[in-house]
Amino acid sequence: MLRVLAMFSARRRLDLVAQALAVGFAAWLLYVLFMWAFGPGAAERFRFLRDETGYDIIQHLVPYTEQSTHARALLVGVLNTLLVAVLGIILATILGFTIGIGSVSGNWLVAKLCEAYVETVRNVPVLLQLFFWYFAALRAVPGPRESWSLFDSIFLNNRGLYVPSLTPQDGAGLVGLAALAAIALWIALSRWAHDRRMATGQGFPAFWVGAGLFLGLPALAALATGLPFTPSFPSLQGFNFEGGLVILPELIALVLALSVYAAAYIAETVRAGIEGVQRGQVEAAQAIGLTRAQTLRLVVVPQALRIIIPPLTSQYMNLTKNSSLATAIAYPDLVSVFAGTSLNQTGREIEIIVITMAIYLTLSLLTSLVMNWYNARIALTGAR
Amino acid sequence: MKRFWTALAFGFAASAFALTPAMAASATLAKVKANKLLRCGVSEGLPGFSNPDKTGNWMGIDVDVCRAIAAAILNDAKAVRFIPLSAKVRFTSLQAGEFDVLSRNTTITMSRDVQLGLQFTGVTYYDGQGFMVPKKLNVTSAKQLNGASVCTQTGTTTELNLADYFRANKLQYKVIAFEKDDEVTAAYDAGRCDVLTTDQSGLYAQRLQLKAPADHIILPEIISKEPLGPAVNAGDPAWEDLVRWVLHAMINAEELGVTSKNVDQMLKSENPEIRRLLGVEGSFGESLGLTKDWAQRIIRQVGNYGESFERNVGQGSPLKIKRGQNALWTQGGLQYGLPIR
Repeated sequence: MLRVLAMFSARRRLDLVAQALAVGFAAWLLYVLFMWAFGPGAAERFRFLRDETGYDIIQHLVPYTEQSTHARALLVGVLNTLLVAVLGIILATILGFTIGIGSVSGNWLVAKLCEAYVETVRNVPVLLQLFFWYFAALRAVPGPRESWSLFDSIFLNNRGLYVPSLTPQDGAGLVGLAALAAIALWIALSRWAHDRRMATGQGFPAFWVGAGLFLGLPALAALATGLPFTPSFPSLQGFNFEGGLVILPELIALVLALSVYAAAYIAETVRAGIEGVQRGQVEAAQAIGLTRAQTLRLVVVPQALRIIIPPLTSQYMNLTKNSSLATAIAYPDLVSVFAGTSLNQTGREIEIIVITMAIYLTLSLLTSLVMNWYNARIALTGAR
Repeated sequence: MKRFWTALAFGFAASAFALTPAMAASATLAKVKANKLLRCGVSEGLPGFSNPDKTGNWMGIDVDVCRAIAAAILNDAKAVRFIPLSAKVRFTSLQAGEFDVLSRNTTITMSRDVQLGLQFTGVTYYDGQGFMVPKKLNVTSAKQLNGASVCTQTGTTTELNLADYFRANKLQYKVIAFEKDDEVTAAYDAGRCDVLTTDQSGLYAQRLQLKAPADHIILPEIISKEPLGPAVNAGDPAWEDLVRWVLHAMINAEELGVTSKNVDQMLKSENPEIRRLLGVEGSFGESLGLTKDWAQRIIRQVGNYGESFERNVGQGSPLKIKRGQNALWTQGGLQYGLPIR
C-alpha cells in the first residue's frame, strides 16, 4: 500500500487523499439519504402520502377531491407548477426575443424603449411585481355580476377569465389522431423542403402548408365524425360563473409576473448574442441581397443562438424555481399545496421538503438536459 | 439489624426516585431566569390576540399570557421578546426551540397534541370558525353560500373545517388559500372572493382592516370548535406545568374577584382560596420553581383573565367581542380555573 503511494509525488498523494475523502463523504451522504428514504421506518414515514387530504384545491389538471390522498395532491401541485413553468417559458421567450432584438434595432426610439423595459423590470424584486400584477389586476376588473363580456360567451371578472370549452365525446380520439398525423406531416414536409432547397435552390412555403394541414386535418376529421364535442358556455349562476373553462387570476398574474421578469434577462442575453455575431456576417448577407428580416432570420439569429442558449437555459430554470412564489398569491403550485397545506396537515416537514426539493431538482435537470441537447444540435460541428 | 439497614436503604432509594420528577428543575425556566428574558412566539399581527400598537408595543390576549409568565418568573411583564410567526412555521420553530412558549391563536387538536412533540397547556380563548360576507350579497346564513369563492389562510385547521362543512351540507365552493393573513384580507377586499373564513375572533379583527368595515357582516354560523391556547415543547414537564398554572392563576383570580386594582387589599382576605392564590398560605409558587407571590405579580402587572379579555378583545377594545363561551363557568361560559391547592 505504502509502496503504491510512494509511486506518486507528494502533490499527487495529497490530491488522492482529498479525492478519497470527497468520494467517501458523498457516498456516506447518499447512503444516509437512501436508508432514510428506503430503509427501516421509511414505510411509516411516508405513510401519510396515502392518507386523505381533507382539503380542496381550486385548480387541478387531474381529478381531485377532498377525499384524494396527499400523493394525489402532490401530483396536482407538480402539474400546476409545470403549467406555470411551460406557459411562462413560452411567453418569456417570445417577449424576451422581441425586446432583445428591438434593443439592437436601428430605430432609436424602439431601442431606447426596450432598454428602459430591461432596466425597469430587472431592478424590481419579482415578488413585488407579482403583487403588483395580482392586486392591480384584481382591482381593475369588475366583480362577477358586472363582468366584461365578449359575444356573451367570454367573460372577464375578478374571479378569472371564463371562456367556452369543448367536452370530447365518442370519436374525439380520431380528431386527436388527425392532429398528430398533421404534425408528423408538417415535420416531414419541412425536411423535404429543406433538402429540396439545398439540392435545387428552389423554395417551398412549407410553414404555411404545414399550418394549413394542422388546422385542416383535425377539422375534416371532426366533420367526418359528426362534431364529437359538446360545447359548454360559461353563465352566471349564483355567486360565480359555471360551465366553460376558467383561467384563474392567480395563474394569469403569476405567468405575467414571471415571464415579464424573465423576459428582461432573456432580452439582455439575446442582445449580447446578436452583438456577438461578427458585423461582417450582416454586411455579407446584405451584399448578397437579403432583406433586413431575412438577414436576421437566416444569418444573425442562428449564429446568435449558439451564444444565447446556455444562459437561456439558466433563465428557464430560474423561472421554474421562481414559480414557487405562487404561494404568496394563492396559486396552488407544488409549494403552496404540498409543501404548504399538506405539510401543515401532516406535520411531516422533512419528508415533504425533501420530496419537494427532489422534484425541483429533477425539473431543473430535465430542462438542462433538453437545452443541452438542443445546444449540441445547433453548435458548430465543423463537417456537417 | 441487617434487614433494617437494607430496608432503610431501599426506602431512601425509592423516595429519592419518587421525588425526582417533582423536584426536576425546568431547563427552560433556568434559561429564562439566566437570560432575564422570555421568548414568546406570536402571530404576525392579529388585533386583540397579538398585534403591535403604534409604538411597537405588543398587545393582545395571547401576548398577555406571555407577559404573565414573565411577571411570574422575572417580576417584569416587559421582559418578553416577541417572535412573529406565520401559521406554517410555528410548530417547526417551537420544536427547534427558537422560543419558550407558543402563544399564537393556535387551535388545540388531537393530531397536533399527539404527533407534533408539543404540549398544550390550556385554553385562553374558546373560538369557532365563522364566515364574513359583504352586506350587498344579501346573504344571512352560511347555507346560502352554494358556489361561493372562499378566501382563507393556508396551513390552518380552517381549510379542513371549510371542506367538511361544505361537503356535509352538499354545497359547492372554491377555495383560494393564501400564505399570509394580510393577503387574505387584501384579496377579499379587492373582491377576489365572496366569503372570508377564519376563526370568528379573527373575522372581527380582520373586518377592522377592510376599507369599509361597516359593509361586511359576520354570519351567525360557527362551524367548528377552535379552542385556542398556548403550547410548549414536550420534554420539559415542569415548564409545561408553570405555563399551565399561570393561565389558571389568571382565571382563578377572576373567579375570586381579585383584580389588578384590589390585589393589595385582597392580601388581607380571610378566604383560604384567595390566600392560597396570592401565596399568603401554602408554597405553591415554590413548587413551580418561583417565589410565593408569583400570582400576585401576574395580577398586579397583567390583571386577571377578565381584565385581559375586556382590554384586548372585549368592550375596552375596538373588537367589542362579547364574553360568550369565554365567560366564567359560573356565568354560563366555559372558562374554569383549576383549583390551586
